[in-house]
Amino acid sequence: MSKPKLMLGNEAIAQGLMESGCVMATSYPGTPASEILASFAALQEKGSEKRHIQWAVNEKIAFEIAYTGSMAGLRTAVSMKQVGLNVASDPLMSAAYLGVKGGFVVISADDPGPHSSQTEQDSRLMAMMAKIPVLDPDSPRQAKEMIALAFQLSEAFEIPVMLRPTTRVCHARQDVHPGDDLPHKREVDFQKDPARWAATPKFRLHLHQELEKKLNTISRYKKTAPIRLNAEATASKALIVSGVAAAHAKEILKDLNLWDVIPMYQVLQPFPLHQDFVSHMIKTYSEILVVEETTGVIEMQLADRHCIKGKLTGSVPSVGELLPETIQQIIGEFAGIDIEPIDLPSEPGIRPTLCAGCPHRAAFFAVKKAAPKGIYPSDIGCYTLGLNLGAVDTVLCMGAAVSQAAGFYHSYKHEKKPPDIVATIGDSTFFHAGVPALIDAVVQKVRFVLVILDNRTTAMTGNQPTPAMGMGACGESLNSVNIEGVVEGCGVQFCRVGDPYQLKEFTDLLKEAVKYSRENGPAVVISRHPCLIDRFRKETPGWQPLKVEVSDACDGCAFCIDHFECPALILDKTEERVSIDPILCNGCGVCISVCPKKSIKEIKNDA
Amino acid sequence: MSNSIKQQIVISGVGGQGVLFVTRLLAEAAIMKGLSVFTSETHGMAQRGGTVLSHLKVGNFSSPLIRPGNANGLLALKADSFARHGYFLKPGAWVAVNSREDAIVGPEFSAYTIDAEILAQRIHNPKSVNLILLGFALAAISGTLENSLFCTLEDIITVLQQRLAKKKQMLDDAVKAIETGFKSVK
Repeated sequence: MSKPKLMLGNEAIAQGLMESGCVMATSYPGTPASEILASFAALQEKGSEKRHIQWAVNEKIAFEIAYTGSMAGLRTAVSMKQVGLNVASDPLMSAAYLGVKGGFVVISADDPGPHSSQTEQDSRLMAMMAKIPVLDPDSPRQAKEMIALAFQLSEAFEIPVMLRPTTRVCHARQDVHPGDDLPHKREVDFQKDPARWAATPKFRLHLHQELEKKLNTISRYKKTAPIRLNAEATASKALIVSGVAAAHAKEILKDLNLWDVIPMYQVLQPFPLHQDFVSHMIKTYSEILVVEETTGVIEMQLADRHCIKGKLTGSVPSVGELLPETIQQIIGEFAGIDIEPIDLPSEPGIRPTLCAGCPHRAAFFAVKKAAPKGIYPSDIGCYTLGLNLGAVDTVLCMGAAVSQAAGFYHSYKHEKKPPDIVATIGDSTFFHAGVPALIDAVVQKVRFVLVILDNRTTAMTGNQPTPAMGMGACGESLNSVNIEGVVEGCGVQFCRVGDPYQLKEFTDLLKEAVKYSRENGPAVVISRHPCLIDRFRKETPGWQPLKVEVSDACDGCAFCIDHFECPALILDKTEERVSIDPILCNGCGVCISVCPKKSIKEIKNDA
Repeated sequence: MSNSIKQQIVISGVGGQGVLFVTRLLAEAAIMKGLSVFTSETHGMAQRGGTVLSHLKVGNFSSPLIRPGNANGLLALKADSFARHGYFLKPGAWVAVNSREDAIVGPEFSAYTIDAEILAQRIHNPKSVNLILLGFALAAISGTLENSLFCTLEDIITVLQQRLAKKKQMLDDAVKAIETGFKSVK
């Protein structure tokens, strides 16, 4: 056997793709799924085989490219976070009807908690709606095994198969044994069949009937059937678990000395649930507790409900992550064991904030200067944290900053004094879903300013390239698309670029844009400065970090703390003055222009 | 013996302190010793400047998370980490804290305190607080039989040598930091 390696769940998934002979993988970054594609790309560099590995502009495009690869006979995969699947839901629903040729795996990572998402939605419900099977891994190791299983299932029934890991699988690390890569034997061979691949509504009905037949057979497929974990237990009450809740429950049952008492079954394929399993459970047990994340997908398929306990009966919470301590309480109650509830301290922690020196912070400060009474729609990314500066009023979903700006404009346009509207959106998010909304705003003469926060990367998810970078997932050189060109191509007449580190000039530019927008319609300001986290790769030529200090003129008014909230600025309330944390400070020097008393100064070395 | 080892350790700090790096070193040391391991970490929005907490479970476990009242030890990179994450510990657990003043913990725990910031400044490596604390913990905790760590200073140095094989300067700095922490225990 190979030597075990410490693998992140997402690396184990990538390893599984490699071992299964997947030759095309696409994605759009999103926590907790981002590392899957990057890990697959890292494995590719070592191999000799040529695979297509790409970051797509959004999840819909990523899905369609990988799906088409499978139509052409190849093994392919697409990965994304759960809300990304919303974006890709259009092709997903249709692809389920048309089916696949080469194995096609849709990896949609859920985020119960939510830790880093706008919803806790359960991708297994999307699989159910699309009518495709879904596998639910409990650990990095099982996630890798399930990739192989998903490809087999997909090819056996010519159907897309979903793998649904959650944050605790994606971002756990475990010792995993790497296997051998399967040399890919599948030849690319697109068999024209317009009646299927371009089916008209009449034939879609037939395809739907076929799909139902497939699902019926899959619900009896042996390889994905639920597993009985403890054959020796004989109580008349049983547990059904899946995903990471299964991982927690196994440990808890042993710790509570119930392993030999309560029969426990792990569901590998929550949809379609195996029919024989359902009848066996209902026939055998007087009471059944179902523990799963996040929605009761298994539970709702247990048709005879008289003996079922779960989310629908209020026995298991329907909201939030199922932490192991919660599961312990639930299992204890189910087994009739008294477990003392643990008194957890409220965990205030430190609120998330933009990094010290983040160019977005300077841009937000300028936005508030240029339109102090404005409405500020924003978007999904690090810059959501502009909330802390009071420069973000709304965050809905990818690309919505632009269309929400339009919504506010149309709502207020008949008022005597409509408010200024300044929307912010990141560079990657602009490409993802902002472009169609901007075209709409141009056509509708929406009077607003769009600030595109162009930090030359997809920062929040780990600095993946954007379409403007001209770089691929494996570091290869590609074409780049420039943001100004896109903006002007959308029909915007006012499009200017500024560096937010030059705070005064940048604020003046924004004021000009606000003035223009009041009379004419959309104005776009591209706020361009590279992300600090990868600035060593992309720093503006000639830019040097500044050394700054707070002079005795500081009277501790806290204006910089309240309105700029840089984590490197520390207020000492008793001393009534602010100091700068030299470890946190990244030397952007913007605070020099922020202080109203002019008491923050550059330290000149040559003096 | 390795089959019977079961240790659950919580590592806590704030963004930028290198909580994940320490977690990884310990996890790789476990694998090197033929032990199974689970870690759980924070990414994305939750990672931006906020509290960073990681769980490390060495031995035969199926869940990546530590339940409250079950941890054998807490490696605290911030003085207030015990107040925040002490609830993970079981009675008799150890706490190794980076703090200027002696950490205040209940009588049911053994606390070991080190001012790692000062030592980090002394070796001109202000970002090495994480490794100094780890080195300190390896020395301080191995004194007690019940709760000794599953690995030694030598194990961690071997892992560092593998990870930083091509980065001589970083390796030297890292080894110096971890030894500084280790030797600070008298």
